[in-house]
Amino acid sequence: MQLALTPDERAVQDVFVAFFTNESPPEIVRAAEPLGFDAELWAKLAATGAPSMALPESVGGGGADLAALAVVVEEAGRTLAPVPLIEHAIALRLAHAADLDATTLAAIASSNRIAAIALRPAVGGTAGLVPAGAVADVILVLDGTDLVLAEVPAPAHAPANTAAAPLADRPLGGAKVLATGAKAARLIARARAEWFALTATEAAAMGRQVLQLGVDYVMERTQFGVPVGSFQAVQHGLADASVRIEGATLLAQRAVWALDADRPEANELAAMAHLFCCDAAQQAAAASMQFHGGYGYAEEYDVQLYYRRVKGRMLLPGSPGSQYQALADDLLGPVSGGAS
Amino acid sequence: MDFAFPPHAEAFRTEVREFLAANITPETLDVSDGTIHDWDLHQKMAAKGWLSGAVPEELIPPDLGGGDRDLLEMAVLIEELQLAGAPADGLGVAVCVASMVLELGNDFLKETVAGPLLRGEVLASFGYSEPESGSDVAAAQTKAARDGDHWVINGQKMWTTLAHEAAFVILLTRTNAEVPKHKGLTMFLVPLDAPGIEIQPVWTMGTERSNATFYDDVRIGDEWRIGEVDGGWAVMKAALKYERGIAGGQFPSAPLLDAAITYCRTTTDADGRLLIDDPTVREQLVRARIDIEVCRGFAYKTAWMAAQGDFFGVEGSMTKLFASESYKQHAHWILDLMGPEGLLQHGADAAPLGGSIEEHWRHAPVTTIYGGTSQITRNLVAEQHLGLPRARR
Repeated sequence: MQLALTPDERAVQDVFVAFFTNESPPEIVRAAEPLGFDAELWAKLAATGAPSMALPESVGGGGADLAALAVVVEEAGRTLAPVPLIEHAIALRLAHAADLDATTLAAIASSNRIAAIALRPAVGGTAGLVPAGAVADVILVLDGTDLVLAEVPAPAHAPANTAAAPLADRPLGGAKVLATGAKAARLIARARAEWFALTATEAAAMGRQVLQLGVDYVMERTQFGVPVGSFQAVQHGLADASVRIEGATLLAQRAVWALDADRPEANELAAMAHLFCCDAAQQAAAASMQFHGGYGYAEEYDVQLYYRRVKGRMLLPGSPGSQYQALADDLLGPVSGGAS
Repeated sequence: MDFAFPPHAEAFRTEVREFLAANITPETLDVSDGTIHDWDLHQKMAAKGWLSGAVPEELIPPDLGGGDRDLLEMAVLIEELQLAGAPADGLGVAVCVASMVLELGNDFLKETVAGPLLRGEVLASFGYSEPESGSDVAAAQTKAARDGDHWVINGQKMWTTLAHEAAFVILLTRTNAEVPKHKGLTMFLVPLDAPGIEIQPVWTMGTERSNATFYDDVRIGDEWRIGEVDGGWAVMKAALKYERGIAGGQFPSAPLLDAAITYCRTTTDADGRLLIDDPTVREQLVRARIDIEVCRGFAYKTAWMAAQGDFFGVEGSMTKLFASESYKQHAHWILDLMGPEGLLQHGADAAPLGGSIEEHWRHAPVTTIYGGTSQITRNLVAEQHLGLPRARR
């Protein structure tokens, strides 16, 4: 049992706190809207090796585990960095797990190209609203019972969406089959779990930061001659939100650990972490906005940037209701359709 | 990070599970007499050395034995007791009071109080709250007046739960009314058979019996004092750290959810469909399970911090707040699933699962009150975790 960052992880954290604080300030985040992607920032991030850090060294990666990648993801989440770090990193790992030939994989990993996974199966030869689909030229998706890889130029355009997410429908064209049947299902389930766990990490980090904006604001803003943060009603709302964020962070950490350790409960924990962390982050954003008063609703303040993006993280894999039902199938067994 | 307990603690988990499977009976879990504590289970755990095992090794006198379980093993024990729905309050009180006495008490108290507590022979009860002071515990008015080598105690305590089963009460008293309230308090261990003590039951909605205890010219020797005269607040703060790892309260929802799943697998709705197949029911069961996993994260983090020797304060408060508030909500959801049958109580023939879910629903509200109300806890989180100023109240 060891529930603090390792010295190596702390070193990674130091580097990426500085990187994202310097390279992804709110002006950059705002300038990247509506697409939600900054090519220059992506090139800088790629130069650090972070996007391929969780691939084995034998195929040009950094040989890191998901826990180390999660440290980077936290900082990207904290600063709302407009880069498809999670989608790309997970797609590379999926391609590797599906035995994509090393040359092709290394070519994708070592350039500024972007890969993405579709969280939902393709319908009629199209992967719908793929996260990072607007900027990725490599798409991995479950098509029927096949796991396929499609290489097609990115549209570089996303339909207008509240989360400023670079999502897009992607027709698959002449996609290459990487795996079939049970193997394909197992691989995509694992990749989805990795996306869930890292997105949970990211959402919890977003929630922590938007809550901190609220705390900072209520300490600074005075009404009735005193700081707004000295009112008990305000304090209790912030306290409740922060307890949920702390609980969310621990659940996300446990999901990442379970995936790295190949624990049998890993996929379930990842799905649970995704739901709880996104929910906690939405509550944190809502509390922060409320306690900002009218200014929190103004576009000029950063709270709304978080409020909208957190919703995107929750809805990208499907409605929360459908996510709960999928988890219920895992935890309680499928619906029997029978009576007692 | 590594969320797995070390092998010795997992081996201990197996031992605890086997012990509980062999020793938890319907009588152990029956609270209809108003007393959650179960002497039989308590003494069997004491015989296993699990009470003295939980006390920090450096505090254990050689003749007492014990101190051989670390805080991760204790966290495992407390988790398993809660998952089984077993009564663990007696264990928590015994370990906490014995540890206080062993750290701060004199030789007389170590021999008279700590030894019997850790051997499972006696229990203690907390005498902090009063009719006029609950959350504002430092406002205690029960008076202790010095009389030579003796003290004379007059006053009343509330919520002295287990006092009717206990040999001692740990009593927070006012010894100086001329100084700020925190600076005029003194702590005593008081034998509950001393002349002048009266114990009256306070029955609660949760069936559980608590007590009011009355102290009328109760005369005890100075050897029953723990800590300095007017140093009672320091004793209370020192006692807090012994709640590390044995505090419990992280998994109240676990046995409730188990019961709910059993109920939903065996009960049909008006259309003849099993409740477990109803999407709304499934979502609520999953939500409760996720909350329990969040509690597990908090429980493991606080256990690990304690094992590192970190004094956790606000982390424990956050755990308690989340676990108790979510438990109360789960109890509502789950009772609601049952419709009118949910109203039936233990003893009614048709009560589902012997009325256990209804008992959870009645028990849940006290968990957001005792041990620090949710409101006091939010104050602590706001001040200690978020750095906000003392609230305007």
